[in-house]
Amino acid sequence: MAGVWVFAETVEGTPAPVVLELLTKARSLGETTAIALGPGASKSVQTLGQYGAKKVYVHEDPAFRDILATPAVELLARLIEKDQPDLLIFGMTYDGRDVASRLSARLSSALIANASDVVKKDGGWAIITPVFGGSLLVTTVPRAKAPTLVLIRPKAVAAEPAASEAAPPQVETLSDPVEPGKPVARVLRREKEKASGPKLEDATIIVSGGRGLGAPENFKMLDELAAELGAAVGASRAVVDAGWKPYSFQIGQTGKTVKPAVYIAVGISGAMQHTVGMKGAKTIIAINKDPEAPIFKLADLGVIGDVHKIVPQLIQEVRARKGK
Amino acid sequence: MNVLVCVKQIPDPNVPGKLDPQTKRMVREGVDAVLDPGDEHAVEAALQLVEKDGGEATIISMGPPRAMDAIRRALAMGAHRGVLITDPGLENSDALSTARAIAAAIEGQSYELIICGTESTDGSSGAVPAQLAELLGLPLLSFARKLEVNDGKAQIDRQTDDGYDVVEAPLPAVVTVTGGINEARYPALRGIMQAKNKEVKQVGLKDLGLDGKAGKAALTEEVVEIKAAEARKAGEIVEDKGDGAKRVADYLVELKVI
Repeated sequence: MAGVWVFAETVEGTPAPVVLELLTKARSLGETTAIALGPGASKSVQTLGQYGAKKVYVHEDPAFRDILATPAVELLARLIEKDQPDLLIFGMTYDGRDVASRLSARLSSALIANASDVVKKDGGWAIITPVFGGSLLVTTVPRAKAPTLVLIRPKAVAAEPAASEAAPPQVETLSDPVEPGKPVARVLRREKEKASGPKLEDATIIVSGGRGLGAPENFKMLDELAAELGAAVGASRAVVDAGWKPYSFQIGQTGKTVKPAVYIAVGISGAMQHTVGMKGAKTIIAINKDPEAPIFKLADLGVIGDVHKIVPQLIQEVRARKGK
Repeated sequence: MNVLVCVKQIPDPNVPGKLDPQTKRMVREGVDAVLDPGDEHAVEAALQLVEKDGGEATIISMGPPRAMDAIRRALAMGAHRGVLITDPGLENSDALSTARAIAAAIEGQSYELIICGTESTDGSSGAVPAQLAELLGLPLLSFARKLEVNDGKAQIDRQTDDGYDVVEAPLPAVVTVTGGINEARYPALRGIMQAKNKEVKQVGLKDLGLDGKAGKAALTEEVVEIKAAEARKAGEIVEDKGDGAKRVADYLVELKVI
């Protein structure tokens, strides 16, 4: 086994949360190398080591930040040819997916997306992928030559620092020119959209709305409820597709995977596309007028009724219990 | 400008899916097949561009012969021509074989842009567009929620976790669009009638020069097991008789989150 590599996405030197999850998994599978690219990447080395990287390749060329996918693919293809790793693990993120997919076409490798786990099996790898809203687990094995590329969904693995006082990772800093070679997709500028309250990925409580709210303006009551609970607001794909909420609110197969302590689904039917992104919540509360809604099969507490009546009452009840 | 749109026919996503434990493939019998709703946004984006600048929108799909219906639906929306890649040897293809077949079918076509949905609603690996871009040596503008084409360049607003990035690439390029990019039109009766007479070319592995290089002959992975995931324990379901909100609030106190 020649090693397990983790594509360590960093933002200004801080590893993306999913990277720590990937390293936690990777170190249980073999000698782990992290690839950290872009300006400030060297600052991530210590954290990458704490989570299990024995070696870190660092390349700080701004091209990795400013050009989508292709510079990373060029570099990875070169390093793979040199070191011949067995397994490359990426986060199922916007950039991770683009890089892994392009790389699979370059190398004719097996690429398994949406994975929740990787295990050793018969001297090779077996990749577990939840399908149909997570109700079934599919095991896939690679049939192409190494390396096998796997995209793991965020929050599929709990990030834990390596137990021992490990030696700092060996660092190899690269500075050879990055040649995308062909026409590229270049980032001109980055825009942040204001969001109040906690981020969906970090929230302890999530209040999430679906088509059952009836109209976009009814999301206001969810915002209000969320503010009372210190919760983040999420949405189903149906309402995002309808333009009620931006894509960054979307929870599900397309969209974010969340694992809050409490998930309150309001007017969400519970299509599999949605439940795959939230069924990892510790406790699920559903409010929906349709007693047949599949969300009730997942709910720890389900209330069949009119969300337009129940949510305003709930805001009052929460206020009363907080002593306001 | 000419635009190619890659679309997929999928089992109706509103019908809960099933896997056949023997073949380890999706059960398609008795389930309506539809044009992937995500791909309707790709078709719409292409139509808006050719309506503004002239040129043609060509629909490309790979699937069994009945995938022709999905192409006809896109033609009814207003696309001009179609290409159906169909071959028994392509059954159960993985994403890379699909990308190879589409790349081969595209060879010789004149186009400035290839538009795809971000991912299929059934498989949702989202790998084909980036693989296609790599095979064709083109830039990929992914996760576009806005797309503009000017002066030989495509510019998108690319979805990010906390906003969006403005990203630009020279043409030709591959673009993937999210559901938020537009409201897809519904085919009018006239469009449906016209679609019946539009040209759809059918090609197989031999036509594409891919005999033995794609599909069953070139699988990179294999499903070896399917099992049920651990189900959540059934909870308490109550009907709201005016005390529903109180029940939820009490439960939140019990959970110690208020």
